[in-house]
Amino acid sequence: MSPTWVQLAYLVAALCFVLALKGLSTPRYARAGNLLGAAGMALAVVTAYVHGAVRNGLLIVLAVAAGVVVGIPAARSVKMTAIPQMVALFNGVGGAAAALVALTEFLAVPHGSVLFQLFTVLTVLIGSVSFSGSVVTFLKLQEIMTTRPVLLPAGQLLGVGAAAVSALLALSVVLTGSGVLLVLLALAGLALGVLFVLPVGGADVPIAISLLNAFTGLAVAASGYVLANTLLIVAGTLVGASGTILTRLMAQAMGRPLTNILFGAFKATTATAATDEQRTVRAGTVDDVAIMLGYAHSVLVVPGYGLAVAQGQHAARELAQVLEQRGVTVHYGIHPVAGRMPGHMNVLLAEADVPYEHLKELDDVNPGIGSVDVVLVVGANDVVNPGARDEPSSPIYGMPIFDVDRAKAVVFMKRSMRPGFAGVDNSLLYNPKTTMLFGDAKESLTKLLAAVKHV
Amino acid sequence: MIDLLTIFVLAVFVGFEVVSKVSTILHTPLMSGANAIHGVILVGAILITGRAEGALEVTLGLAAVFLATVNVVGGFVVTDRMLEMFKGHKAGKPVRSGANGHKEVGG
Repeated sequence: MSPTWVQLAYLVAALCFVLALKGLSTPRYARAGNLLGAAGMALAVVTAYVHGAVRNGLLIVLAVAAGVVVGIPAARSVKMTAIPQMVALFNGVGGAAAALVALTEFLAVPHGSVLFQLFTVLTVLIGSVSFSGSVVTFLKLQEIMTTRPVLLPAGQLLGVGAAAVSALLALSVVLTGSGVLLVLLALAGLALGVLFVLPVGGADVPIAISLLNAFTGLAVAASGYVLANTLLIVAGTLVGASGTILTRLMAQAMGRPLTNILFGAFKATTATAATDEQRTVRAGTVDDVAIMLGYAHSVLVVPGYGLAVAQGQHAARELAQVLEQRGVTVHYGIHPVAGRMPGHMNVLLAEADVPYEHLKELDDVNPGIGSVDVVLVVGANDVVNPGARDEPSSPIYGMPIFDVDRAKAVVFMKRSMRPGFAGVDNSLLYNPKTTMLFGDAKESLTKLLAAVKHV
Repeated sequence: MIDLLTIFVLAVFVGFEVVSKVSTILHTPLMSGANAIHGVILVGAILITGRAEGALEVTLGLAAVFLATVNVVGGFVVTDRMLEMFKGHKAGKPVRSGANGHKEVGG
């Protein structure tokens, strides 16, 4: 048992973490919550060092320093658009750290009780899954590998096989206490993580990250049993539980059950692309679109990842203001999963000082969308794809969308005819109401801004 | 052991409770903040390295310390950066709207 002062310090840290999570759930206290969490962490780490670093003190300081030198610049320099994959990466290294902690403890104390071995096995397995799974989500979001669901031949069988092998190895480690088998288990866990995330595609990837985040929390909690450390148990469990709830909430925002998101790709066959007759696309010029916008009564802007990539939020806001001066009503339709993370568009438009009350959600927009004169889709795609509503064979079927095809006219600003992040074709592009405006979102918006002023 | 189990069960309920009502806007910052908190494995990493003797154990322990530190500092910094973007729009209260916003046009 640790001395009382250590226990008390851990208790204070645990309280900080609870309040941090609480704060992060309300906009007003979110930032304070995060800082409180960091303070609790600092207290816990200093306590652990003063009390526990009997040996290797200098080496530990150096390792922490190295971590700081790597972590802070990475977190500071990452572009806002790339934050989800950064979170995935940080989550992955956390999982790896948990697995290493349990592995090291196991090497030091090879023949503990059965319970000790059981929790060691759990930590190593969940930590490895979380690590490799997070790395794959990182590669997907960074577009180093394809963002579409990857379906290996017999992928489902492989997944079940890897799970069975993992379970078998886990059992044998508990029974034999063999270090070699524990390393093999870690490898099986790595394979399992990859197989688990590969079939998840497109806009579902952030949900997979959230789930892996909860996994890492559980791995940390399990490591708390291995080390008989209450702080690790409390903090890990908190993250595991809140992460699970959060994952469910995110899935609900997508309008789909979690199982569908994780395993849906297995069911999605190649039934699409059947109606590939000669479909035509109508491309417009900047002046055409400027006239449409300038003489409209109401305009709805639907932003997406393309706006974030092009950093076009300021241009979008200026265009909206010019239109408003002409008496046009301008609103922004914010889809819960537009961009690459929930809330991405709110952050982006807040940065450009778009008034909060101009941001409308799905339920505010869809009922009256028939009276909107022009919908300006800026770099969004999947969130306005009518296939999600009409085609049960579509991989994104069931996701709530903006029914922009029911508005009077649509202007689709897009870099190319490439399908969106989910890799699904969009019939809206071929809708007779739709005018395409090709090009970089920011450039197009800036040109539009100039053109509208002269209409 | 039963003490630890008690702690576990209570922590599950606290975890469920604190995030049960959270707006969509905060999903990602919350995920990222929780991500930083599980970096508390750094405590475990320091404890095991602090008593490790063999070269292999020390190496593995130090690797864990390094990775956990990246998780902690990266997690908190990235969350703070995300939340920084919300400044001035906290609790749904718009700061810049109406007349002030319109004057800037055309600049």
